[in-house]
Amino acid sequence: MKANYGYKDGSGDFFITIDTDKCNGCRKCVEACPYGVMAVGENENDPLSEKEVAFVTENERKKIKYTCAPCKPNKKAIPPCIKACKMDAIMHSW
Amino acid sequence: MAEKPEYWRWTESRWTNPDIDWKGKVITSGIDVGSVSSQAVILADGELYAYSNMRTGSDSPDSAMKAINWAMEKTGLTLKDISYTVGTGYGRVNVPFSQRAITEIACHARGGNFMYGPTVRTILDMGGQDCKAIHCDERGKVTNFLMNDKCAAGTGRGMEVFADLLGVSINEVGDLSFDIDEEPKPVSSTCVVYAKTEATGLLREGWPKNKVLAAYCSAMAHRIMTLLERIGVEEDFAITGGISKNKGVVKRLEKEVGIKIMETSKYDPQIAGALGAALFAKALFDKGKK
Repeated sequence: MKANYGYKDGSGDFFITIDTDKCNGCRKCVEACPYGVMAVGENENDPLSEKEVAFVTENERKKIKYTCAPCKPNKKAIPPCIKACKMDAIMHSW
Repeated sequence: MAEKPEYWRWTESRWTNPDIDWKGKVITSGIDVGSVSSQAVILADGELYAYSNMRTGSDSPDSAMKAINWAMEKTGLTLKDISYTVGTGYGRVNVPFSQRAITEIACHARGGNFMYGPTVRTILDMGGQDCKAIHCDERGKVTNFLMNDKCAAGTGRGMEVFADLLGVSINEVGDLSFDIDEEPKPVSSTCVVYAKTEATGLLREGWPKNKVLAAYCSAMAHRIMTLLERIGVEEDFAITGGISKNKGVVKRLEKEVGIKIMETSKYDPQIAGALGAALFAKALFDKGKK
């Protein structure tokens, strides 16, 4: 499953996409994120599955443009969550 | 002073399947407490038995109770007969008689799969205060999803605001928006607040109401299109939620996407979330028995 967390507003599209088929629930992204955006737990959009996967915390979903800004000082910067993910399961839309 | 008519008020509905006798069957239910509307769906042995669709009040537990009581009306059912209940929607953690809460993304995919059949791959839920684009497989399992709940542009609430501004019953907006000489440009702003300001300006310029409605419906369709582009549209494509009843938006969206939108099923398209929740309730009940 490709889970897109975030929003679209007048200033653009701000989504963090997590590929739950690739994610192995290793929690490396949770450790790497300095602002508590990432978490690992049951896949709330696949309630019959037992597999634990990464997701963006409820509190941060509507403000990632701002929370994630320090990790993305320019367009080339690769944020620590993406760097930490060995499975290539995390993508940012902006 | 005479009271202002409630232009935004949409038609509530309830239904019972006359061919089913629930006695002796496993009863499960799903409750979708949304931002604008609440639905309750009751299944008997996994078959759709009854549903209700009504406006959400200011109190979530109370709205959930009202919806289930209305669905159970004249069926002889009581809460005690229900083996498992799943809550979904904004108020999902506030359904007092539920055993589990499941996200509306998962529920809409499952419910959409039941309503529109296994060929449906893209479900767009245009809800009261958010918009969800979901891809699912032939069993109704989510494969990709995107939700926009930060902004009311392109939602039912936005349409309510417009119906009220123009003094047109929300049930007639779709038809009236086609009763125009030529299709106007969409209003440039999709933000409900700014679009309302823009519409007021157009009315002052002398635009007829229907033309303003057309301009808003097409702005809404365009806004949803840009959201859909992020995950793409795969056939078959179905729409659920209140806005799916508004032809003014649906037909214009169909034109933009270039893919035919599935005919609405015989059931109220607003029940998809609650239906999915009731189907999960059945699956979880069966799982618990094993």
